[in-house]
Amino acid sequence: MLAKRIIPCLDVKNGQVVKGINFLGLKEIGDPVEMGAEYSAQGADELVYLDISASSEGRKTFTDLVRRISERIDIPFTVGGGISSFEDGARLLDAGADKITINSAAVQHPELIGQIASHYGSQFVVVAIDARQTPDGKWQVMTHGGHRETDRELFSWAAEVQDRGAGEILFTSMDHDGTKNGYACQAYSEMASYLTVPVIASGGAGTVAHIEEVLREGKADAALAASIFHYGEIRIPELKRKLREDGINVRI
Amino acid sequence: MIAIVDYKAGNLRSVENALQRLGAAYQVTSDPEVITGASHVIMPGVGEASSAMENLQATGLVPVIKSLRQPVLGICIGLQLMCSYSEEGSVPCLGIFDAAVRRFGSAPGVKIPHMGWNTIEGLESPLFRNVPEGSFVYYVHSYRPDIAQGQTIARTSYSEGVFSAALHRDNFFGTQFHPEKSGEVGARIISNFIFL
Repeated sequence: MLAKRIIPCLDVKNGQVVKGINFLGLKEIGDPVEMGAEYSAQGADELVYLDISASSEGRKTFTDLVRRISERIDIPFTVGGGISSFEDGARLLDAGADKITINSAAVQHPELIGQIASHYGSQFVVVAIDARQTPDGKWQVMTHGGHRETDRELFSWAAEVQDRGAGEILFTSMDHDGTKNGYACQAYSEMASYLTVPVIASGGAGTVAHIEEVLREGKADAALAASIFHYGEIRIPELKRKLREDGINVRI
Repeated sequence: MIAIVDYKAGNLRSVENALQRLGAAYQVTSDPEVITGASHVIMPGVGEASSAMENLQATGLVPVIKSLRQPVLGICIGLQLMCSYSEEGSVPCLGIFDAAVRRFGSAPGVKIPHMGWNTIEGLESPLFRNVPEGSFVYYVHSYRPDIAQGQTIARTSYSEGVFSAALHRDNFFGTQFHPEKSGEVGARIISNFIFL
């Protein structure tokens, strides 16, 4: 039986894994290759690396980094952050990435999804969606790191990106991200009811129970988290043991 | 020296990296002489079967590959091209394995592609020496090879039923999963292949 996946997410700036600390800015917490290797050894099923460098210098560093990750890491890894063209995707594929995530650029130029998918296969294209719930209950898609509003709605946008060739959808609820109060389970469950591509849940993990809930009630195919792993609040071996004890199929 | 067959069907880097991690000497090539002279041959492949088959035909390598006597390993599309036929683009393939490749049937709650970690069972081959029954390996595919009597050396279940996770006939081996992306288990499988 296909296992549910546990995916640590690493934000990378100028070649270092960083983590935001409250309003104080970013703290460097480690080397991306070493941290990835450690997570892989602990039993992570995949890794996601997001480039949050704003500069072109940072982007170049990131491509070199992707090459080093692919040399070292023997599980699948996805890279994203600022991918805005077919050429960006090709460059990261050449560097050894298994998948890329497209976010803002997919909203601005939806045809980009099909362009990349038809050339490199749907399995290469993960569309990342950031959304927040408006007071009327509607999920509004946001871009540019959650700073820019769009007139897109989550569920119809997810259906559209699937139709355009996305092989997987990574949905982050901005309302839950960073709260450690659990994932947006209802929204994931609704996505699972009509999508035929896998969905990765992101935003809100604080406890093992939250992860279990989104995989079971939310019917997500994978759970992504960052800080709980980076700060050792949850260790992957214990997490997976508990999930398996509770009847969720995970790779151990 | 191991030859990685380059027939313009996707990225070969992850297979190269896996061999590098094992310290194996390899060459990426589409030269028939290099391929014929190699100790082992790996045929990777990602993408769509009929265009991959077209690309392979365009290289003129089809008779070369079929006549190889050293261990050959097809991975993912590489394996599918070694089967009899693929439903993807309705294309006749090399016919090394007596298995057809078909699309997963869609069923409620079944996601396609079959993407992620799934088990391998019924292991019977030196390719799986020291690989425990039920080990998890990484798959990404929407089409899968049938079970072939006497040739299926590992099977997996997904969607409506069981399919060949790996096939073997004479010196030819194929895995539907990606050993190069399957962590320690995958590294052991590649290492077993290299020592065949």
